[in-house]
Amino acid sequence: MNIPLTIKETQDGLKSKKFSAVELVDAYLAQIKKYNSEYNIFLTVTEELAYAKAKEIDRGDKTSHLAGVIVSYKDIFLTKGVRTTAGSKILESYIPPYSATSVSRIEAAGAIPIGKLNCDAFAHGSSGENSDFGVTKNPWNKEYVSGGSSSGSGAVLSANMSLISTGTDTCGSIRLPANYNYAVSLKPTYGAVSRYGVIAMASSLDTVGPLGRTVDDVETVFNVIKGVDGLDGTVTNSKFVTHNAKFRIGIPKEFLVGGIDKEIEKNIQDVINTLKSENVEFVDVSLPTTKYGISTYYIIQPAEVSSNLGRYDGIRYGNDRNSFGEEAKRRIMLGSYVLSAGYYDAFYEKAMKVRTKIISEVDEVFDKVDALIAPVAPTPAFKIGEKADDPLTMYLTDIYAATANLCGIPSIAIPSGFSKNELPLGFQLMAGRFNEDILFKLGKMYETKTNYKPKTAF
Amino acid sequence: MTKLTKKDVLHVAELSNLKLTDSEIKKFLPQLTKIIEFVGTLSEVDTTNIEPTSQTTKLVNALREDVTTSSNSLNIDEYFKVKAILSKRT
Repeated sequence: MNIPLTIKETQDGLKSKKFSAVELVDAYLAQIKKYNSEYNIFLTVTEELAYAKAKEIDRGDKTSHLAGVIVSYKDIFLTKGVRTTAGSKILESYIPPYSATSVSRIEAAGAIPIGKLNCDAFAHGSSGENSDFGVTKNPWNKEYVSGGSSSGSGAVLSANMSLISTGTDTCGSIRLPANYNYAVSLKPTYGAVSRYGVIAMASSLDTVGPLGRTVDDVETVFNVIKGVDGLDGTVTNSKFVTHNAKFRIGIPKEFLVGGIDKEIEKNIQDVINTLKSENVEFVDVSLPTTKYGISTYYIIQPAEVSSNLGRYDGIRYGNDRNSFGEEAKRRIMLGSYVLSAGYYDAFYEKAMKVRTKIISEVDEVFDKVDALIAPVAPTPAFKIGEKADDPLTMYLTDIYAATANLCGIPSIAIPSGFSKNELPLGFQLMAGRFNEDILFKLGKMYETKTNYKPKTAF
Repeated sequence: MTKLTKKDVLHVAELSNLKLTDSEIKKFLPQLTKIIEFVGTLSEVDTTNIEPTSQTTKLVNALREDVTTSSNSLNIDEYFKVKAILSKRT
């Protein structure tokens, strides 16, 4: 059978009895068996759970939002009774006693869980190379990284091993793998989706969001996972504003100068022209302090990491702190340094103040525009090993991602073609807090105008 | 800005409860130096009279009702029971 590529195709096929949910699981598992050992996408495959849930769907209700949808989770989402490693050897034998809220909600909506996905250990990385279980290769070209830290969450879609996936985004970790794999993804507003049961990295920046192949699918999953669960104090049931007016998008001049790949620059210009032809207005805007975004992020994030990883003391989770990989050690030490006596004011306090400045500049711009457009990353996917010896160069991969996390605003990453090397290209749109609706509307407008079709590598 | 030394790395490793090997120290020192120098560029930004931001929700004291439910209480059958070890202070 041909594996369906969207939620609608899946549910139409199930309702018209073109295939059963069990046959769907057969097809996905065959794909996993064929390619997983080569690409290292799944850390755990939950075959039994998938068949049990598929039988339930075949017997019963096919009307719930995600009925029959095959889902896989970044291995940082706790799954009751199923090993959850966070990509780290420290947790290599950890079996959680409960599931994350987003996992429970996705499954309550009828989705079929097929497994747990590789990622950079504790979500520290932009390439997937920091996983203690080995790098995830990009299905579009296995010499290239699939992006990080949700490396498996991106690759699982281009490898056609899952219909949707989940990821976490602290500074681009959902958007980058989606971008490198020709997938759509949403980093939601901070406080829109509960992080209960998701292993913490940097708590003032961490967000949970969906990856899929169309804006529609990502919106559907977002609607399933959003909202208060009473277990994450940052979450509110904010009124998501609906917009029907003509849109105005800002082009931040700081995001399109210096160091950006020519192909990406041209691709963004094409996207702008496409949206202009749909009557969207573009204006130049300036966010001068965002050029300090990645520096601000690389103080605040390690500080919070050093605190969150304090709990892995060898008592509660088995393996001791010697089991941390190199990147976790670097970040813990950076964090301890910027928080330590004598350096706190110059680094941590300073970064929190610069964060305020970036937020107020961005807020001010959103008085004038509905959304901002930017590249997801400065280059298309890079080769495995290319940046591995130089952590700072790796950190700069996330230079365009930092603004959304520091400000707590939503950002959607959307595919927009391929490079001359046949690697996926994409762009991101950001909006004000709880304005996800603007991002979905603009994304769908772009997909319709370009007659977008989901694509997988094999 | 003060330059990162081997002593700093050892001090920070101790604060972090990490035991580093000699080769790790040798590797981390130049890497951390480069990162600290990079993030140190924040000193260029004028932040006079600017308040620090520690979170973006603007929520204050998001607390739940202090009530016992089955989901927030422990099932005693799943634990080992032992005799009291500590006695009451006299």
